[in-house]
Amino acid sequence: MNTTPTLPSTEEEIWRYSRISELDLSAFAPGTARTETVGLDAVRVKESLAGIAMNGTPDVFAELNADNAETISLRIPKGVAIDGVIEIIHHIESDGVVVYPRLVIDAEPESQVTVVERFVSNDNVKSLVVPVLEIRSAASANVNYVGVNQLGLRTWMIAHQQTVGHRDSNTRLNTIALGGDYARVRAEVRLVESGANAQQLALYFASGTQMHDFRTLQRHEAPRTYSDLLFKGAVGGSARSVYTGLIRIEKNAGKSEAFQTNRNLTLGAGAWAESVPNLEIETNEVKCSHASTVGSIDQEQRFYLESRGISPEVAERLVVFGFFKDVLDRLPSNVDTSSLEAEIAEKLRREEAAQ
Amino acid sequence: MSTLKITGLTAEVADKEILKGIDLEVNSGEVHAIMGPNGAGKSTLSAVIMGKPGYTVTGGSVTLDGVDMLALPTWKRAAAGLHLVMQYPTEVPGVHVDQVLAEALTARGRDTKDMAARIAVEASRINFDASLVSRAMNVDLSGGEKKRNETLQLGMLEPKFAILDELDSGLDIDALRDCARRVEAATHENNLGVLAITHYVRLLEELKPDVVHILAAGRIVKTGGPELADILERDGYAAFV
Repeated sequence: MNTTPTLPSTEEEIWRYSRISELDLSAFAPGTARTETVGLDAVRVKESLAGIAMNGTPDVFAELNADNAETISLRIPKGVAIDGVIEIIHHIESDGVVVYPRLVIDAEPESQVTVVERFVSNDNVKSLVVPVLEIRSAASANVNYVGVNQLGLRTWMIAHQQTVGHRDSNTRLNTIALGGDYARVRAEVRLVESGANAQQLALYFASGTQMHDFRTLQRHEAPRTYSDLLFKGAVGGSARSVYTGLIRIEKNAGKSEAFQTNRNLTLGAGAWAESVPNLEIETNEVKCSHASTVGSIDQEQRFYLESRGISPEVAERLVVFGFFKDVLDRLPSNVDTSSLEAEIAEKLRREEAAQ
Repeated sequence: MSTLKITGLTAEVADKEILKGIDLEVNSGEVHAIMGPNGAGKSTLSAVIMGKPGYTVTGGSVTLDGVDMLALPTWKRAAAGLHLVMQYPTEVPGVHVDQVLAEALTARGRDTKDMAARIAVEASRINFDASLVSRAMNVDLSGGEKKRNETLQLGMLEPKFAILDELDSGLDIDALRDCARRVEAATHENNLGVLAITHYVRLLEELKPDVVHILAAGRIVKTGGPELADILERDGYAAFV
């Protein structure tokens, strides 16, 4: 039997504002998710590729995942472009369990793949999911990943994502978070050879008493590397969200460009969003910017629509929905977003009705 | 025949009086140019007519066919027939142009079933790329595309009066000609009345004014025919401020 590991506390900066102090790991028995897959067979490999993109073991949850994970390992062979979208759906169906899914994507040089991974449970399931994602994008590889949190309102998620990009690779790390009670994603991209490019995009929408928590790192370890991050989220009711992000440019990463934007929309009077952007730049000759906002809907945008003859109620609905649609429009074009759009619209309707 | 009538209009921004008593009367089919130097109150006038937040009317009236516009919220002023073409059209991320047009037409109780065909016609009249209407409003558009987009909406919504706030700023000469010609055509085809607020004379080469007003320090200091614009072109504003 494993002894119960010591959990981190909110004293640590990376756990600040989190709900980690509410977590009692001993309340969850080891369990499994029911995992459905589409389009996986051609690229799934038997051996575990776990560890190919990990940079140390960042915290106790990644460690627990490493010890307990059911790993799906994908290898996209050199020069191969996978048609269509690979889908992996984890259904967490048992109450009171902790599950540790791990997905590892090894994209060989000049390969191309799009993977959508969804986490699903119903509102009665009080369980914990601790996923780890690893992506290695070899030279000139193109990897699109979309993680979708459609968990029930009592399920917790503590996720960790690490990607590493080699020469001239493109890694797109996307997150859509709609569900969960407390749902946290720590997303770290490393760019280790020149020309590597990483784009991080997220949409999150917490309502009721939900909390979404994001910690991001854009780490430039080679010259002429590029990263761009756009995280847009809304909080309604008495929901909360946290975004803290760091751009780190190492000494040898001159001529790199890194951008980070976090926009938060507060829809409810009791809602709360925190945004903490950070830059650590060890060299000159870089182009970096970060921007963050927290606020209610943009009055200029609303006025523009009203000046077209649209009522304030409809204008507000259009602006708020547009805030999310802006992110959906930027997802890889082969990913069907219509069901997500419908789900967001439904969540907005409930939010409106609750006000 | 409709009339937009502004009487003794005074307004403040951040406790500073900007409009100090404006009187104007525009009828259907007429083009009135309001010209003036920077800081004269030109943009404030357009904002106040449309009810933009941040501006306080302290006196006077704005009526459309006798109906008090200042008592109505912005969207009802638009529905009553006023249309503002903005100097800096606002970007509305994730809200597509055709979606806005559909909502705007529906709010006016108009049919939307031939909307796509009408958009295609309007777009071609002003050399606008019609595919841009299924993209986010004003996002990633050039200055010329933004003004063409504003003009396309004007054509689609068929208001009684258009208030053009510096239609001629931030766009190239081709886009200016396309937009100005389209507005001029609407004055004949739809009997559109126009209040064209501008700093420069070049807008008026395609959009022929019937009346020219000079606005300086919050007041209309001179009203005349099109020849007034020619005098301004030659002598500048110095004689009027």
